[in-house]
Amino acid sequence: MSTDTGSDLAPRFGEFGGRYIPEVLVAAHEELEEAYKAARNDPAFTEELADLQRHYAGRPTPLYLTERLTAEVGGARIWLKREDLAHTGAHKINNALGQALLAKRIGKPRIIAETGAGQHGVATATVCAKLNLECVVYMGTEDIRRQSLNVFRMKMLGAEVVPVDSGSRTLKDAINEAMRDWVTNVRTTHYLIGSAIGPHPFPTMVRDFQAVIGKEARDQMLEQAGRLPDVAVACVGGGSNAIGLFHPFIDDPVRLVGVEAAGEGLSAPGRNAATLVAGSPGVLHGTRTYLLQDEAGQILDTHSISAGLDYPGVGPEHSWLKTSERAEYIATDDAEALEGFQRLTRSEGIIPALEPAHAILPAIRLAEELGEGGDVLIGLSGRGDKDMHTVAEALGVTL
Amino acid sequence: MSERLRARFAQANGEGRAAFVGYVMAGFPEPGQTVPLLLGLEAGGTDVIELGVPFTDPLADGATIQRANEVAVAAGVTFADCLGMVREARAQGLSVPLVLMGYDNPLLAYGEERAAADAAAAGADGFIVVDLPPDEAGTFREACAANGVSFVPLVAPTTAEERMGEVAAVADSFIYCVSVTATTGGAEVPEEVGDLVATIRRHTELPIAVGFGVSTEEQVARVGRVAEGVIVGSAIIAAIEGGSVEGCVDRVRSYVERVTGRSGAGA
Repeated sequence: MSTDTGSDLAPRFGEFGGRYIPEVLVAAHEELEEAYKAARNDPAFTEELADLQRHYAGRPTPLYLTERLTAEVGGARIWLKREDLAHTGAHKINNALGQALLAKRIGKPRIIAETGAGQHGVATATVCAKLNLECVVYMGTEDIRRQSLNVFRMKMLGAEVVPVDSGSRTLKDAINEAMRDWVTNVRTTHYLIGSAIGPHPFPTMVRDFQAVIGKEARDQMLEQAGRLPDVAVACVGGGSNAIGLFHPFIDDPVRLVGVEAAGEGLSAPGRNAATLVAGSPGVLHGTRTYLLQDEAGQILDTHSISAGLDYPGVGPEHSWLKTSERAEYIATDDAEALEGFQRLTRSEGIIPALEPAHAILPAIRLAEELGEGGDVLIGLSGRGDKDMHTVAEALGVTL
Repeated sequence: MSERLRARFAQANGEGRAAFVGYVMAGFPEPGQTVPLLLGLEAGGTDVIELGVPFTDPLADGATIQRANEVAVAAGVTFADCLGMVREARAQGLSVPLVLMGYDNPLLAYGEERAAADAAAAGADGFIVVDLPPDEAGTFREACAANGVSFVPLVAPTTAEERMGEVAAVADSFIYCVSVTATTGGAEVPEEVGDLVATIRRHTELPIAVGFGVSTEEQVARVGRVAEGVIVGSAIIAAIEGGSVEGCVDRVRSYVERVTGRSGAGA
């Protein structure tokens, strides 16, 4: 299977992807595509990015063997790719650095972004502070309530946080509002999309910036484990950390498992965010991909205990990996995510964000199935400090 | 049919004036008001109607049309319901051409081929799909052409001139010129919109209708001097919102009569 669609910046992944955008934005996407094509082949750009990744973001992040968890499970070894140790506490910085450098190269002094949990907003505000770019972050009022600490972080970093009070007041609506800003200010503004979603070239570009996760993990597995993992597991909301982890393994005999948020259950429409497991193809936010929608094509509300997975679409490359059966997608509900969260915290002293917490129990089951001699790799996309209030509330604890 | 669109532009322009294109959202303020509103638009002197198809995520629309979308979605209005409203309006005598305007996903869910065929059967004349640029519209354009309905492309101030020819080439009735980089109702039509129309004019002989930021009598008149059509959306939605539900048809009719300086009675 030929999967290196990145080499020629193909606009589609099979039937998915494309550029379903208002005419006002067409020129900006063409400009961005050309700029990215030039930048990815320009050593000055790739070296500056690599330098920032190393000295600013703290890459490479470690690959860590969970000794106690592995022993408790008694099966395959369980490894963590520690994106929680990257600057700002999640993988989002990888993409924010790449796109912000590109925006400077194009000459756009103003950056807008959407954020759900606030991790992408914080990463973008951080990079904008460093590179002296104006930064405006759109965030749903429901997410502002859930993630007040990250809102304050963004403000301290000099970003303007604009509350979005339309629709479901979460990530989807923040994206709509960022798009409206872009439609209005496209000549001066770059929209720094936070996941491998949106119109071409965003899904490919974000994938490429996040592929550093999988490239490092692949080298580290060979060095530390002496072999490739049998399976790589990552949570999927928009899917940027998962595609970044998966992509360098695409041509290897490595099973790829994406874990979506089943929220309060797959049988409850509007109360989960399991787009690939429970959805169907359509067009949203500029791309053709799987969506959670009703029969008339209206987008459904979503729910997940983790704000970062609370999205009714998914990156188009994941839709293609699903339909081509190169990757498989499952869903973990809120309660299982909380259990995975506590399991990892207690056995390893690593507090995961609620997003990757969704991948813990599925990884344990895979380790049991594989048995001794096997290796399971988890993409630990972020740290859990931001989620302590949510977890306390879910466990009935008053802080 | 697209023929009805071409004829109406020709008629208006033959009378030495721009065609007035008016927008309402299907199901707003209530589903029961849509057919009377369509008839009221015609009675007020509207030449071409845009009927909005509701969508949960109208990312190119400003606050006014967003609200209309939210109300219509909450009322459960689907693409199939929009076709039913068109059919009913035709049965009650609506004679002006009507294009369906909205976003791609409800059309995809209904089925592109079926959407074009059923729209034609219901008495609609075309489609404006905000997030379906000609580059992505291949199969839908074929479906429209096969069913005799028009696919209306948009041109924006940011559209490169070398692209205008390609966009204009897919048009078969008129071209929708977005006057300003903004959401609907988000900015006023700029003074220099005539320059943009003149640039597009180098690439097409079809009528050019200008929308976005057009609401006052003065703006309608000014745009009408440089383009073959003047499109008003948010201001009509605002007129609908500006009083009782029962009075919305009268308010829309008077608004259209005021800005066009005419009524449809003698047209």
